Amino acid sequence: MAVPVAFFALFFAWPVAAIVARGLKVDGAWQFGRIVDVVAQSDIRHVLWFTTWQALASTALTLLIALPGAYVFARFDFPGKQVLRAVVTVPFVLPTVVVGTAFLALVGRGGLLDEMWGVRLDTTVWAILLAHVFFNYAVVVRTVGGLWGQLDPRQEEAARMLGASRFRAWRRVTLPALAPAVAAAALMVFLFTFTSFGVVQILGGPTFSTLEVEIYRQTSEIFDLSTAAVLTIVQFVAVGAILAVHAWTVQRRETALRLVDANTTARRPHGAGQWALLAGVLGTIAVLLVLPLAVLVQRSLGAPGFGYYRALTSEDGGIFLVPPIQAIGNSLQYALAATAIAVVIGALAAAALTRRDAGRLVRGFDALLMLPLGVSAVTVGFGFLIALDEPPLDLRQSWILVPLAQALVGVPFVVRTMLPVLRAVDARLREAAAVLGASPWRVWREVDLPMVRRALLVAAGFAFAVSLGEFGATVFIARPDNPTLPVAVARLLGRPGDLNYGQAMALSTILMVVCAVALLVLERLRTDRTGEF
Amino acid sequence: MHTKTFVAAAVGLGLITLSACGSSSGSGGSADSRTVTLVSHDSWAVSKNVLADFEKQSGYKVHVLEDGDAGQAVNKAILTKDNPQGDVFFGVDNTLLSRALDNGLFQPYEAKGAGQIQAQYRVDQDKHRVTPIDSGDICVNYDKAYFSKHKLAPPQSFDDLVKPAYKNLLVTENASTSSPGLGFLLGTAAKYGDNGWQGYWKKLTANGVKVVDGWEQAYTEEFSGSAGGKKAKADRPLVVSYASSPPAEVIYSHPKPKTAPTGVSYGTCFRQIEYAGLLSNARNSKGGKAFLDFLLTKEFQDDMPLNMFVYPVREGAQVPPEFVKYGPQAKDPETMAPTRIAASRDQWVKSWTSLVLK
Repeated sequence: MAVPVAFFALFFAWPVAAIVARGLKVDGAWQFGRIVDVVAQSDIRHVLWFTTWQALASTALTLLIALPGAYVFARFDFPGKQVLRAVVTVPFVLPTVVVGTAFLALVGRGGLLDEMWGVRLDTTVWAILLAHVFFNYAVVVRTVGGLWGQLDPRQEEAARMLGASRFRAWRRVTLPALAPAVAAAALMVFLFTFTSFGVVQILGGPTFSTLEVEIYRQTSEIFDLSTAAVLTIVQFVAVGAILAVHAWTVQRRETALRLVDANTTARRPHGAGQWALLAGVLGTIAVLLVLPLAVLVQRSLGAPGFGYYRALTSEDGGIFLVPPIQAIGNSLQYALAATAIAVVIGALAAAALTRRDAGRLVRGFDALLMLPLGVSAVTVGFGFLIALDEPPLDLRQSWILVPLAQALVGVPFVVRTMLPVLRAVDARLREAAAVLGASPWRVWREVDLPMVRRALLVAAGFAFAVSLGEFGATVFIARPDNPTLPVAVARLLGRPGDLNYGQAMALSTILMVVCAVALLVLERLRTDRTGEF
Repeated sequence: MHTKTFVAAAVGLGLITLSACGSSSGSGGSADSRTVTLVSHDSWAVSKNVLADFEKQSGYKVHVLEDGDAGQAVNKAILTKDNPQGDVFFGVDNTLLSRALDNGLFQPYEAKGAGQIQAQYRVDQDKHRVTPIDSGDICVNYDKAYFSKHKLAPPQSFDDLVKPAYKNLLVTENASTSSPGLGFLLGTAAKYGDNGWQGYWKKLTANGVKVVDGWEQAYTEEFSGSAGGKKAKADRPLVVSYASSPPAEVIYSHPKPKTAPTGVSYGTCFRQIEYAGLLSNARNSKGGKAFLDFLLTKEFQDDMPLNMFVYPVREGAQVPPEFVKYGPQAKDPETMAPTRIAASRDQWVKSWTSLVLK
């Protein structure tokens, strides 16, 4: 418990407090009056309103579209399932700058929809909502589907035998078991869309602004730190409130589940209804997730003989001190380090949270760990600059800062993915082991670990993928001899000329493939020896 | 093309090994006197051999820290000015200069070669807190193919842009988030004055100007003259960009076109100048001074245009032929004193936002 708390305090709480204090403290006195001033402004209120409703709408839409997908991935067996599971996760890790470009090609002028039906959605809210679904589809499929696959279908069958209708059996047996995972997924999606930045900027045009965009503007462009500090506090309070509600609902619903090996629950679809469902889900994935990615690939192949890809290996671009291709290695190194940190910290936190004697304070920490998801990268980044600038902790130019910042975002994923499974482990098993003389460590190793191994891998996959596409924190320590993939893409897009645009598309394609391969390896790694119980 | 292709492989290999190790001293600024640290924005670029020459001649190792876009880099430098991350800062432009000076970001130093700077760029002559390094013009670019196809003369001035002939053709950037967008707004403010620019923008809005957030989107997605725009079937033949964009279109095309696909409307330009300075509290001020001298050398000034797509400030520095041919500097751009920008900019951007975006 001490390790996650220290990590959290040092690399999150302190930097954020430092930057907020810088904005709100004038000559050592807190200017809390500023809060009222800022929130009273009509354009700030407008931003707050828009932020909230688009996040609600995005979350609802994502659940609506992705829950059938979660079911299909959990219960059906079909060829290419593993590949597809990796593919749907790719959008989640792509940098927003790439996604924005891809979506414009789809819903913008001269895009696919425009050519087929003359429909243009760019600079409308619909483009933002669809892009949010594109990003977050995987969150629902992996969080909900992961648990769904491990629920024993025989429980539902037993209810049917006892005379319950199919729907009632699902409502009474499966739904309560799934609820925490659905809540967790919905919460994550809400957090991501509530703090959405790149998508809103690129697709919404300048007319739509979220709280996150406003904080960025006030900090980076206008340099009005006091307004930025107020907005940070507002976002903090909002996110905190959401998390508190969520923690409460999850606690109300914890039941020990009987988890089984996911491989035994997935069947080939049978009957017209199931085939139709499968076809529907696959169709949705093709249109919503694969199509925008395909557009990127197609544009990266625009030059004869893989010209854009060949250009990546030359040092002639003058943008970096190394060929852009080097960025791949950098990204992988950072992501591996970040994953290691996130998994260790997250697993320790999750283990501490599921102990029987965990008090209210510890449970509150669960919600606290999620806070980094709700605080803008620019706030944390600027906080790092003024907080971590004294030896022994002058990390401002150290490479470790990148994985640390990425791990901050990764930890909540690890915790959220592991908690539902860990909490579902029957405590009596642990007690029995303890009675038989096993040390706490051994109990964890022999009882919990086999059950959560799969969740741990899924969590690691997520943390890895998040780090790979993470852009905000990486920019703060962007040394030109060490660019990551997303940073390199953004740089290339920032320069005129066909070759740069093409190279950006080619790098995006490579990023996609690297992510897909990494995720696929994880899928293969999942040894489903979930022990004998 | 130019000498960059003949970069010493040894330097490249050395750097790759270094970056593969991925470690760094983790110190802020230059802890040792043999290293000089440059803090800049992410458009900073220099040919390797030119930088290597400086390192060889001066004996300093150069460490570069790129800190986000221009505005962000300046703000971060101000935030950390008591304990700076480096010795020299490059890349504060005239729209941000007052903010940097008022916050005491720089200490005085007159660089060697300051006498070689073209007269029009000289500033802060009594204190020498900053040194001008490069300049660029923010101007409307037009898509040549569109205008010849429609037998229409491209617009040449701010006044032209509000004429019915050019309805729904122009795309520009959000003045509050993009430096060309801000430059274009400042250009109109300089041209029409405090009382006139809002009326001009009302006309521009009525004439169907489209505003997007950043330069990338405006140029590569909405502008029909750029490579990306052609692929995206963009439909705006006018965009707010730089005078150096047409040369870039030529240089970065495969195969090279015989002439630039885009042109510059020279009556719509706003002059941007970028400065460098020695950071207050720099740990290695001696090395920082040497680096500032280097930024004004003929070697660096000659090398700069093709790396950063800007124009040199030094008398007699070489301008690449593509620049001369397709994107020479504006003869009579709009300009504005940094103090006036600092005094009014936030208010202007606010009024502009409610006028154009709401």
